[in-house]
Amino acid sequence: MKRPLILPLLIVILAAAFLLVPLIATFHFSLKMERGTLSLAAYRSVFESDAFLSALDFSAVASFAAIALGAVLVVPTAYWVRLRLPRLRTLVEFLSLLPLIIPAVVLVFGYVRLYGSSSILPLTLTTQGTNLLLVIGYVVLSLPYMYRAVDNGLAVIDITTLTEAAESLGSSRIRTIAFVIFPNVRSAIVSGAFLTFSISLGEFVMTSLLNRPGFGPYMVQVGQDQAYQPAALAIMAFAFTWGFMIAMEAVASHRPGTPILPAFLKSRRRTQNP
Amino acid sequence: MSFLSLANLTKRFGSNTVVDDFNLDIRQGEFLSFLGPSGCGKTTVLRMVAGFDTPTSGSIRIDGQDITHLPPNKRRIGMVFQAYALFPNMTVAENVSYGLRIAGHDKATIRARVAEMLELIKLDHLGGRYPYQLSGGQQQRVALARALAPRPRLLLLDEPLSALDAKVRVALRDDIRTIQRELGITAIFVTHDQEEALSISDRVAVMHQGRADQIGTPVEVYNRPATHFVARFVGHLNTFEARVDAGDAVTFAGRRFAAPDRMRDDLATAKDAVVTVALRPEALSLRRRNDRDAAISGRVLQVDFMGSVLRARIDIGGRTVAIDMFNQNDAVLPPPGTEADLFFSPDDLLVLPE
Repeated sequence: MKRPLILPLLIVILAAAFLLVPLIATFHFSLKMERGTLSLAAYRSVFESDAFLSALDFSAVASFAAIALGAVLVVPTAYWVRLRLPRLRTLVEFLSLLPLIIPAVVLVFGYVRLYGSSSILPLTLTTQGTNLLLVIGYVVLSLPYMYRAVDNGLAVIDITTLTEAAESLGSSRIRTIAFVIFPNVRSAIVSGAFLTFSISLGEFVMTSLLNRPGFGPYMVQVGQDQAYQPAALAIMAFAFTWGFMIAMEAVASHRPGTPILPAFLKSRRRTQNP
Repeated sequence: MSFLSLANLTKRFGSNTVVDDFNLDIRQGEFLSFLGPSGCGKTTVLRMVAGFDTPTSGSIRIDGQDITHLPPNKRRIGMVFQAYALFPNMTVAENVSYGLRIAGHDKATIRARVAEMLELIKLDHLGGRYPYQLSGGQQQRVALARALAPRPRLLLLDEPLSALDAKVRVALRDDIRTIQRELGITAIFVTHDQEEALSISDRVAVMHQGRADQIGTPVEVYNRPATHFVARFVGHLNTFEARVDAGDAVTFAGRRFAAPDRMRDDLATAKDAVVTVALRPEALSLRRRNDRDAAISGRVLQVDFMGSVLRARIDIGGRTVAIDMFNQNDAVLPPPGTEADLFFSPDDLLVLPE
């Protein structure tokens, strides 16, 4: 018997309204900077601000650095744990989840104590050192996502047999990681990278407490001083996140030998018209 | 002189001995199969030869060189895996050239060798494809070409046909043997499929509980099994408890049969002893084939149609005996429930060692 569709439809409409109405209201508000007319003046104002561009630039560079460092750290670790230390997998997974349990404020105070001016390795004494500490902080914050993405990617391919196949052909372990394992978990790394980028770009607590000119503190500052620009920034951040999600999906569903975009669109079409 | 020599090879995982004092010598150019059930240690021996597992004790020598503790990437041993293990990010040609690139050959040499290998496996038109664009049989051919491309000293095949369907399996089996003969490469093939092992090998090592119960040609292993296990594992076997009468005759299934000449010496010392005798299903017939044939009587239980072969199951004194007949126009098909005489030549009688 066919069940009535009214209740599920109502729930979907309510959920969509709950999510979309504030977004539409914010978007509408962001267009009202000029009195009596709807315009993109708030967006123009944001893009014309040097502070915005320099904060975005700083955070983007720091985020990319965190992605590179995270990938170099996580891929060999997850690979080695799966290949040689499977018994430690639960422990390593637990460790990778710790940043979700320990608040960022606790982490950053720990860093300041460990790497402050009176420590053996006084990273906070120099700008470069503090920047490095911030990048490490971003790596730690994104560790749960990066590790999980890479570990899931490794689970899909039979790394033990691939490693053995490569070794039987004369490949060293480093060469195997670089030319066989790394390319085959590329989509997983990219997924982790996008999540890392999303987390790091607008990160406030660490960036602010380490006193770095990042995008997170900039947004908070703008929110305190101005009315329409924060709404425009919120909408831009939302669009940014969606853009990354789409890119992540495109890369994750990509198979070698096929162009990235058509593969993604094809998979979308399949989902819509099974 | 042997090309590959495994001496006193033992592998323990904790208290579990997986390979126990295993010895084997293989000649250059020989095709040898490890045949045995799951857990008999055949893959572990192969993995020790490849270098993926380290022996607890014993030694492995190839062409006089001790490779027991050499890392796998220094052994120059090609390996084909059950799960193909092609690199998904590389095309067929890139997969085949991987070992050659590591060996540092120049581009022209690599291109020529890849073309030669793809021609050998009859996939020269698919060099630009990715593994996921190939069928299972094609993937395994590419894996074979990849393993052979760097001219390894030895080729190891770890159940390479297990994941394939029946027709592809037979075709690829024949191709593997042809290519191995053509290249003259020494090969070890691991399988649990007796038909595969018997049809493809120069010699078969039947493995049981970490040891080789018998190493011999397929004919030797099938016709003269060295142990109970080999007799039961290789082919189907009808067994009977028999009493030895004065060394020249045995009594089983309620009748007395003259022992074949080749068994008389063995039986002479076993008067009144109980031994296990066996007959292959194809050694039994529902028709007398010559005057020397002996006969036992039973009741037909059922006849199974197996394509080229018909297998009848006959009850003889409470024991079910199988007999195989070719599916010919004149094949006798007794209806279930009828009484039947089974004929066999005493020469086909096997006495299984204790």
